Amino acid sequence: MDITPAFSPDWLRLDPAEETARICERLRAQLLSPLHRRGLVLGVSGGVDSAVTAALAVRAIGGKRVFALSMPERHSDPDTMRLSALVADRLGLSCHLEEITGILEAAGFYRRYDEAVRRVIPEYGDGWSSKLVVDARSENTGFQLFALVARHPDGDLLQKQLPLQAYLEIVAATNFKQRIRKMLEYYHADRLNYAVAGTPNRLEFDQGFFVKGGDGLADVKPIAHLYKSQVYQLASYLEVPDEIINRPPTTDTYSLAQGQDEFYFALPLAQLDLCLYGKNHSVPAAAVAAAAALSPERVEQVYREIDSRRKGTRYLHQHPLLAAQVPEIAADQITVQHLPAVAGSAIHRPE
Amino acid sequence: MEQMRTRVRSFIVDTFLFGDGSDLEDATSFLELGIVDSMGILELINFLESDFGLVIHEEDLVPENFDSIDQVLAFVARKGGAYKTKSAAG
Repeated sequence: MDITPAFSPDWLRLDPAEETARICERLRAQLLSPLHRRGLVLGVSGGVDSAVTAALAVRAIGGKRVFALSMPERHSDPDTMRLSALVADRLGLSCHLEEITGILEAAGFYRRYDEAVRRVIPEYGDGWSSKLVVDARSENTGFQLFALVARHPDGDLLQKQLPLQAYLEIVAATNFKQRIRKMLEYYHADRLNYAVAGTPNRLEFDQGFFVKGGDGLADVKPIAHLYKSQVYQLASYLEVPDEIINRPPTTDTYSLAQGQDEFYFALPLAQLDLCLYGKNHSVPAAAVAAAAALSPERVEQVYREIDSRRKGTRYLHQHPLLAAQVPEIAADQITVQHLPAVAGSAIHRPE
Repeated sequence: MEQMRTRVRSFIVDTFLFGDGSDLEDATSFLELGIVDSMGILELINFLESDFGLVIHEEDLVPENFDSIDQVLAFVARKGGAYKTKSAAG
């Protein structure tokens, strides 16, 4: 008789108190060595990941040593600033505002972005808004292709397939946002002698959903080992405001509102969470399919897509590659030797 | 056909292999060689549309059409593509 419990979201349940204590202990230890910094800077976006990271930072080292930054720009969701302030208020932090529209203008972002979009929509300009979405052509192909959705000033939506050059130029321009935000985080970290906390969850970290030198750059990434549903578990435990917990994950990167699951993951995050966990723990696709309300074939396809994205984004995680060893500076040892032997050890499967 | 084969091979070698096609045979899987990812597919589509006059549709986007020189040539032949000489391509 098979007494193995059926795979379910419960397999991703953790002990939030235990996990919080473990992360906070790691953060304190990491700041002491190897970082030797006196506090943490982090950008808050009004999303659950940055809210949980901020709450963990405050628990670990106290609010006086946490510097929260809100960095909206012309295209940001108006909720970004309000919700960032809400998080800071709940945590007893002051939230420092750095409006980045001026820097983006000086870098030519808005001009470059509009020029790239005009490759596919020549009339694109003032009053329009747009976003990237996963092209429907990608489904069942094993490739990920993108389309541009644009809204005409009169409200009409249109969608265009993106040829290579337009896609590359749009992404390259948009990456200014993450890199400028990170530049400001490091400015404040340098002047305060603090370290920078990154806020990726496991889905983003594993699948390369970040900008190298932008939101991918940080000194610590306290929740990068946590599946999205586990981030929500910590959010509840850490009393993150419900409005933030209930807010659908967005990229807050494009002028037209864009969900993470329509741009990058192509699957609702709750389902992808189960698929990624299932794949990482060799759970048969059929078992994951039942829990995630997907067909086994779709789960197998998601497993392949996970591998494909890992492969395609591996370079984002890499240190600069050298032409020969410099044994006196062993970069890998610096980062790896301080990790615990088993990450996510507070995860409990149901008996 | 040989001219098309030479052109496709030349594109693959120049674009993805930095000019070293010593390990690339006509049946070599691009996927197994690790040279064509999503970005590579876009580059390949761009090349086929511009140099062979193809219009590639959603239903064409299956790995079987793009995973080797042989498969690309078979796909171009099925689609009725013809290599545009430099003068014809403008």
